[in-house]
Amino acid sequence: MPEPMGFFTDTTVCIGCKACEVACKEWNQLPAENGGIGELSGDSYDNTRKLDGIHWRHVRFIEQFKGPYDGRWLMMSDVCKHCVQAGCLEVCPTGAIIRTEFDTVVIQSDVCNGCRACIAACPFGVIDVNPVSGTAQKCTLCYDRLKVGLEPACSKACPTDSIQFGSIVELRTRAHKRVDQLKAQGVKAELYGADPDGALGGLNSFYLLVDEPEVYGLPRKPVLPSRNLGKSASFSLASAAVLGVLALVGLRKRRMDDMGGPGGGPN
Amino acid sequence: MSDTFFSGAPHWTWFIIPYFFVGGLAGGAYFLAAALDWFGRPEDRPVVRTGYDVAAVGAILSGLLLTIDLGRPLRFWHMLFQSENFPALMFKGWSPISFGAWAILLFGLFSVLSALGARAEEGRLQLPALRAVGGVVKGGVAKVVAGVGGLLGLFIAGYTGILLSVTNRPIWADSPWLGALFLASGASTGAATLILLSPGRGATERSLGWLSWFDARALVVELLVLILFLASLGPVNRVWVGFWGLVLLVGVIGFGILAPLRMHAKPAQAARLVLLGGFLLRIATLLASEGIDRYRVVAGS
Repeated sequence: MPEPMGFFTDTTVCIGCKACEVACKEWNQLPAENGGIGELSGDSYDNTRKLDGIHWRHVRFIEQFKGPYDGRWLMMSDVCKHCVQAGCLEVCPTGAIIRTEFDTVVIQSDVCNGCRACIAACPFGVIDVNPVSGTAQKCTLCYDRLKVGLEPACSKACPTDSIQFGSIVELRTRAHKRVDQLKAQGVKAELYGADPDGALGGLNSFYLLVDEPEVYGLPRKPVLPSRNLGKSASFSLASAAVLGVLALVGLRKRRMDDMGGPGGGPN
Repeated sequence: MSDTFFSGAPHWTWFIIPYFFVGGLAGGAYFLAAALDWFGRPEDRPVVRTGYDVAAVGAILSGLLLTIDLGRPLRFWHMLFQSENFPALMFKGWSPISFGAWAILLFGLFSVLSALGARAEEGRLQLPALRAVGGVVKGGVAKVVAGVGGLLGLFIAGYTGILLSVTNRPIWADSPWLGALFLASGASTGAATLILLSPGRGATERSLGWLSWFDARALVVELLVLILFLASLGPVNRVWVGFWGLVLLVGVIGFGILAPLRMHAKPAQAARLVLLGGFLLRIATLLASEGIDRYRVVAGS
């Protein structure tokens, strides 16, 4: 049994080259958006804009400038987090979403019927429909490459090792060392998703960030969709009980009216 | 900012909105018909029969809308059976979309059985096969079918709201009250549909009076739950500042709840407004969230 594998993304060394995006698109044969007709976002150097069914890697550009000479760029190559407790897998009604032997989360395109429950369930906004297949798609952590002992296309292409692939245990050790190194240099660095006791049981694609998670478009405390199930079902049950009682009370009042009882009921 | 603002929109729009509306009113209509079947009088039979018809047509329409909405409609059965391991069943008790698929199937089955039974009662079935099925659904069998189907009807009306809550989307996942709200709306729109349609099948004033009485109280329940829903949203309520907030305030609360409550003398007009309000409720709750785009939120524009 292989051990859990994943990504550690050190955002401090990302240079925004988008080699990961290109490698991902190329390897996974993902189609161009809008039939290849270019549409510029007008937002920084980011025309990919977001992760979706045909963009499984997205390099986010964050410009933090107070003036022309006072500021910094933050860049982060975003991808599916391959959550240990995955919301998408939890809700998927067809069984298309599975956990692999590498502890990664994969959507089987031949099983998915495009109901899109997983899109709303993912706390990170990772999944969307691939318009060509009509099914929900996202990063597979190059399951096909992993099966034959290759590393994922994106991390292979990353020229600065901002995206590092390996066993989760080893990556965590490496990440903690890097945080210590940066902190020693006075950089405010934190890991996001590296804690196995943290949100969603830890993320098998975790990050080193130098600002708040929200700045990178990441939720502070991602949660499973099922957290609402018990409460929501209980309130619905209570509502059903009230309506049921009302229906019966109405019928009883009508009967009492017929018997010449106190009025006020439905006639 | 709620963490729900970082999720992606599932594009549940112009097939899902009518499904939520039709499914809700079909469930509500079946529940009311079943209540009259069990505890009503012979003079209520026209309403009972109308309710079963509305439920059957609504269930079939719901199934069609749900199937058409899929990215791969021919794979609709993947929600019921494991496609790679047929005929093993596909069922997740913790996933509303999974148990909802089964509930819709069962609701369809029960509502069609009840509708056939009611039609056989009227002698309106021509095909021998349908007449044979309809003939079985009478007496005690019809009562049992109606009892189970009525509960399924309430379930169908409410689970759609639970389905929305069991996500990570803004508004939907920020409140646990959507299931209760949609259930109350399903009951009120179900009653309104019966008020409009059952007179054509010979419903008596007394039956209609009970429906109007119930509808008014269901609207009050709906209003109270709507207030609880909005209160539970807390700071997320800022999403209502805009068009969908106007639809909710004027369309749903004003025209869909308060106006019908004041129109005792005109039950048919009131019922039409209740239906409008129920439809606008689904539109506002779905599209207000659908319109929140992860990318734009993060970019701050």
